[in-house]
Amino acid sequence: MRLSYPGNVKVVKVPCTGRVDVLLILRAFESGVDGVYLAGCLEGECHFLRGNLRARRRVEYVKGLLEEVGLGGNRVEMFNMSASQGQRFAQFAQEMTERIRLLGPSPVKKGE
Amino acid sequence: MEFSDRATHSDRAKPIGAVMVVGGGIGGMQASLDLAESGFYVYLVDHSPTIGGVMSQLDKTFPTNDCAMCIMSPKLVDSGRHRNIRVITNAEVKEILGPPGSFEATIIRRPRYIRADKCTGCGECAKHCPVTAIDSYNEGMSRRAAVYLRYPQAIPKIFLIDREACIGCGLCERVCLAGAVDYGDRESEEKISVGSVILAPGFEVFDAKRRPEFGYGVFPNVITSIELERILSATGPHRSHLLRPSDGAIPERIAFIQCVGSRDAKCGNDYCSSVCCMYAVKEAIIAKEHVPFVKPTIFNMDIRAYGKGFDAYYERAKADYDVRFIKSMVSKVREKQGSGNLLVAYLNEEGKASEEEFDLVVLSLGMTTSKSVRDTAARLGVKLNRFGFCETETFTPLATSREGIYVCGAFQSPKDIPETVAQASGAAAAAAEMIASARGTLTTKKEYPPEDEVKPEEEARIGVFICHCGINIGGVVNVPAVKEYARTLPNVVHADENLYTCSQDTQEKIKNAVKEHGLNRVIVASCSPRTHEPMFRETIREAGLNKFLFEMANIRDQCSWVHMRRKAEATEKAKLLVRMAVANARLNRSLSETEVPVVQRGLVIGGGVAGMTAALRLAEQGFEVFLVEKEDRLGGNLLNLHYTIEGGDVQAFLRDLIDRVSHSSIHILLNSLVVDFSGVRGNFTTGVTTAPAMVHQKIQHGITILATGAEEEKPDGYLYGEDARVLTQLELEDRLYKGDWGQISNLSPEVVMIQCVGSRNEKHPSCSRTCCATAVKNALKLKKLNPAMNIRILYRDVRTYGFLETYYAQARREGIIFVRYDPEESPEVKKEGETLMISFEDKILKERMTLRPDLIVLSSASIPRENKELANLLKVPRTAEGFFLEAHMKLRPVDFASDGIYVAGSGHAPKLISESISQAYAAVARACTILSKENLLVGGIVAVVEGERCAACLTCVRVCPYEVPVVNVKGEAEIDIIKCKGCGTCAAECPARAIDLMHFTTGQLEAKVGALVGG
Repeated sequence: MRLSYPGNVKVVKVPCTGRVDVLLILRAFESGVDGVYLAGCLEGECHFLRGNLRARRRVEYVKGLLEEVGLGGNRVEMFNMSASQGQRFAQFAQEMTERIRLLGPSPVKKGE
Repeated sequence: MEFSDRATHSDRAKPIGAVMVVGGGIGGMQASLDLAESGFYVYLVDHSPTIGGVMSQLDKTFPTNDCAMCIMSPKLVDSGRHRNIRVITNAEVKEILGPPGSFEATIIRRPRYIRADKCTGCGECAKHCPVTAIDSYNEGMSRRAAVYLRYPQAIPKIFLIDREACIGCGLCERVCLAGAVDYGDRESEEKISVGSVILAPGFEVFDAKRRPEFGYGVFPNVITSIELERILSATGPHRSHLLRPSDGAIPERIAFIQCVGSRDAKCGNDYCSSVCCMYAVKEAIIAKEHVPFVKPTIFNMDIRAYGKGFDAYYERAKADYDVRFIKSMVSKVREKQGSGNLLVAYLNEEGKASEEEFDLVVLSLGMTTSKSVRDTAARLGVKLNRFGFCETETFTPLATSREGIYVCGAFQSPKDIPETVAQASGAAAAAAEMIASARGTLTTKKEYPPEDEVKPEEEARIGVFICHCGINIGGVVNVPAVKEYARTLPNVVHADENLYTCSQDTQEKIKNAVKEHGLNRVIVASCSPRTHEPMFRETIREAGLNKFLFEMANIRDQCSWVHMRRKAEATEKAKLLVRMAVANARLNRSLSETEVPVVQRGLVIGGGVAGMTAALRLAEQGFEVFLVEKEDRLGGNLLNLHYTIEGGDVQAFLRDLIDRVSHSSIHILLNSLVVDFSGVRGNFTTGVTTAPAMVHQKIQHGITILATGAEEEKPDGYLYGEDARVLTQLELEDRLYKGDWGQISNLSPEVVMIQCVGSRNEKHPSCSRTCCATAVKNALKLKKLNPAMNIRILYRDVRTYGFLETYYAQARREGIIFVRYDPEESPEVKKEGETLMISFEDKILKERMTLRPDLIVLSSASIPRENKELANLLKVPRTAEGFFLEAHMKLRPVDFASDGIYVAGSGHAPKLISESISQAYAAVARACTILSKENLLVGGIVAVVEGERCAACLTCVRVCPYEVPVVNVKGEAEIDIIKCKGCGTCAAECPARAIDLMHFTTGQLEAKVGALVGG
């Protein structure tokens, strides 16, 4: 569909959002990214049955942690979409970028 | 047939395990690949100097807007490099002698003047050739040398000399370092022995000059649809810039004229070409994407968006792209003096003669067969219909009139790519069945070079290959800059760029680079791993590297395509994606895969026409099959049908089919439901419960075919269910069959049929495909019973595609009246006393008509039968409307994304009987690519436990969605690699981090994320 979305979104391919652990999300923040979101299958339609539900729980947990350390829980999000919903993909990329812009750069900088 | 009895007898016993496929377009390639993967040797013969057919000329494909070349090139390469396919190009079939099962075909190869065994495809000859000739690949809109390659990704990548253009200067011979030029090349003949034959010669576009009133060939700005396709293409004459021929200006107002050479009795083509509506919509959308101010107008009689997802695409064209649709046929096109603009004359929707000015006129040309194809058919003794297409019967859509010769694609009837691909697989199954006993007798197995051991501690030596993808990437991303950047990254010892990294010569280049630079990791920065990773993995495996040492960076779908207007930013992002890939590739490890036996048995779910056909065809290829049907009898929707539009006797066909299905290799389970499902391709286990005793059994099988079908929806409204005179088409058909007319006493009864009841609306956006033909069929039947009957069909678009169009024309000739309605002004049905009334807008009379019909027949939507639970059990996706969703709309029409599971029949989308039969054969061909093998490879991307770290906390046992991990006697978690699907959930949850997912290890993901920021 070649729908345009902001260039600052970079994709890290995983077989299932169920593969993404809490530590990996935190490592991303540690290395200096400003926001992280997981793009999983629609709920109830996970290719691996329920990996996306596990991922959502982990995202909720990380939200709490980020809130606690003052980074803001909104910097991490879980989105659901199907492989045929390119428009939704672009829309979430847009939404998340705008949200992070409002929050400003992450105070965590690599090596500091 | 003219062969002797003796030959028939002896050769029938021993068929030849090879097939000749005539035509190397997308259909021919699909049939060849399916056959070669199921144990048969294939000769793929194409009259053109390269395979690829018309699809190679297309820019994008509907309704997904996938780039045609991008999705096709893996098939091109696979066909070109498959060891059991021999591609013979620039050739014709002269004759086929002998009995089915043991044919002898004579092939004539035209001279190429370039030796195939010596040409490297380097193109030095073309660079030096002083001649400029007309480039037919670009439909004459560009020039090429006299020595040429039809298109850059061509297979085989062997040049040829166009002797008509060649001046014989000898330059090419002098510059060819390979010594491949051979001016003395001559026509040669070769005889090949094959068991069966598939004809897939495709189509030729209609000659636009046969409709002189549109001015093609006279006015430069009147072009054909295929010319526009080339203009829009990245490899086209203007490198995808939309420019008109007369002055190179960007055309703002573009008119598309539909049905040029289709639905046209005057030129003898009174059939519908089936694809032009959709390609015109597509070209309009793509033109608009290229140049946002373009205003496309499509002049049409009906928009035939009858395929899966087509109506949604058509609606999008109207709503999101402002494409204007005018229901009118253009009578004349003339040029406006001086400007090169065109004046298009037509009757507007009010019936007034109008004329409108356009900058460019595109003629949507229909499909015809070429003279050379018709001549070949005549030589082979294959009957054609009156339009020059291959004659087939409703219930045997893949068989030609000559036994042992099968047909697929547009030569059978005009059709689009997915239907061609499905039919091609179907023809492969039919051709294979004929010679099933010779499976594996002529094929050879691929021998890979031994794998070079790459130890984990060994320093990574990475090669990065960056793709221009024509201008798909190179037009946005500064590829040379990305290459230079890649060279600076740690462990990168080689970086290179290619115009098309997927082309066959680049594969050789990659293999050479692996040797030359001692690479132990390879990265391709190009397109999507979904389509291209298997091919590149194969390449590095051929170079002696483990396939998991390959990595892809998607700098097209994730970069150039989506950041088209921000070139600098896109280049920076491409660099970053390459950097991430390098960080990841450094940690890639060789992974081993293990052979596991295939259970050579099939399971077919659904006992309708598709399910029964699939089961029977599998059995006839020698495989045991379980056929599960939830009702107490076989037949499905066919039980409700009595005749086809062509006059076929459905019940007789059904009785015969049921009879044949009681086959010694088919276990029929009626009153049965699938209750559980597990396993992987080659080895599934399905639990089936059979009523009334509720006997439960476990079936082991290697493949699964879903054929659960569709049914007529019970309509809502129009007094259906409240008045006995309002019925559905199926109910009418039943009455027609039984001759049960109840109370109609009127001498000239009034019948009104309403189309699109429950289709093409918000709840069910798709067209139900078969209802237009069904309405025509039943209307003609009614007329036959009582010619005095007044029949009106209220429709939105009449979608009698292909040869069905002839019945629509017949219906009009017989006085059946077709009245178009808009969805906003649906017909109204009410009752006054006992009188049934219907009122609707008549667009021609421009007034509201009220009739007192004796019968109202509703063409109700086709909806999938209950399949949600089954979809959940098998973990296969469905569309929003509940039809099963195939792996890829265009090129994998019967596969699911999960290997080893296939779909056939109306459960995929509404279908005619003949189409369901073709698709069932197709599912069988795809299934046989697994069932014909004794072993399959498993392992690779699976979870592995580091026993020492395991605390046996049971987290993995709890979280695994497939219940794979167990705690073994050592008190450690253990994961069976055959069962593991590689989702990585256990790895993410293991509190001790004792589990890791191969190829997506924690270390790799962290490295990749780390590379995302900074350097």
